[in-house]
Amino acid sequence: MCATCGCDSNGQVSIHEVNGHDHSHEHDHAHDHHHHDHDHNRKVIDVEQDVLYQNNLLAQRNRGYFEAKNILALNLVSSPGSGKTTLLEKTLQDVKTDLSCYVIEGDQQTNNDADRIHATGTPVVQINTGKGCHLDAHMILHALQHMKPKENAVMFIENVGNLVCPAMFDLGESARVVIASVTEGDDKPLKYPDMFHSSHVCIINKIDLLPYVPFNVETFIENAKKVNPSLEFIEVSAYKGDGLNNWYNWLKQKVQQAAAV
Amino acid sequence: MHELSIVMSIIDIAAEQAKKANADVVEEIELDIGELSGIEQNAFDFAWQQAVKDSVLSHAQLIINKIPGEGLCLECNRRFPMHQLYDACPDCGQYFISIQQGKELKVKSLVVT
Ligand SMILES: Nc1nc2c(ncn2[C@@H]2O[C@H](COP(=O)(O)OP(=O)(O)O)[C@@H](O)[C@H]2O)c(=O)[nH]1
Ligand SMILES: [Mg+2]
Ligand SMILES: [Zn+2]
Repeated sequence: MCATCGCDSNGQVSIHEVNGHDHSHEHDHAHDHHHHDHDHNRKVIDVEQDVLYQNNLLAQRNRGYFEAKNILALNLVSSPGSGKTTLLEKTLQDVKTDLSCYVIEGDQQTNNDADRIHATGTPVVQINTGKGCHLDAHMILHALQHMKPKENAVMFIENVGNLVCPAMFDLGESARVVIASVTEGDDKPLKYPDMFHSSHVCIINKIDLLPYVPFNVETFIENAKKVNPSLEFIEVSAYKGDGLNNWYNWLKQKVQQAAAV
Repeated sequence: MHELSIVMSIIDIAAEQAKKANADVVEEIELDIGELSGIEQNAFDFAWQQAVKDSVLSHAQLIINKIPGEGLCLECNRRFPMHQLYDACPDCGQYFISIQQGKELKVKSLVVT
């Protein structure tokens, strides 16, 4: 049972430290059924409460934690298979001498992605959401309790592969990074507008495949800017390495901005 | 299906409020759901049916106020009905829009006994 927060229900969530011992803790989400004296008076309660207020509260708490420790937290969102983990593996290998990094991996099942990250020598925690289709602020709070990251670092949070559900859930991140690959079609931003609306930077991945697929980068960017005119774009091939320097420059610039605050 | 976690959050809010009011039964619950809130109505209804069983809302009548989307063009100040996040200003065709209304997702009121 989680005493820190009002538990955000569906199914069982487990958190694993990859490397180290595996104290997965299962959350018990039973709802309280308190019985009171019967009172048959009809009563109207003006609630006026945001449905997501509990998540937003915890997200603000995470955000305060990140700010106090000068940690740049990035929420990486995409469809399954867009290349989030590949991009992270490459990034961690390339920037680890300059930046101290941590990773939180969100997947419905398995530690596979966390194992891939662990192989780069980066501290990583895997969250398995079970049936849940997104990470929420509550899970991040617990992952942070396990992880105890040091100050002046970058925290990459790989969300569950899904372009719809994670959009509504603030994790307390400093910036949201949406990754789209060129095999997904250039109308993606119009099909999944919420995610592009709520993101700060968009990585267009797998550009090595551009010669083989009908994907027009300009059309994609035009569509994404309809949803979010201030979105930034970085074109990369996480696999071949093209454009990764632009991504690293963006990262380092964000780290400096965070430190300057 | 994030609608399921949304419904679970609504149940939590209702349970907390009912408990505070010393009530056993929620007869009615009124929600504001905006056109641009990211909630898909069919998915929401399905999640609702599944999730409210055995909860404080199992017998509650559900009233949903659909809040229409409204944008304010940051170029020409035109206010206009917005149905999609990618709708352009009908006057000047720009996409720099500030959403004035339609993002709502809240529990407005409960009737308890
Ligand atoms: N051709 C190509 N394949 C890529 C690239 N990035 C990732 N992939 C492949 O796409 C698949 C899914 O990648 P993964 O990183 O697991 O995606 P995730 O589900 O978003 O974490 C894997 O087979 C990767 O090797 C890229 O830049 N180019
Ligand atoms: Mg992955
Ligand atoms: Zn206008």
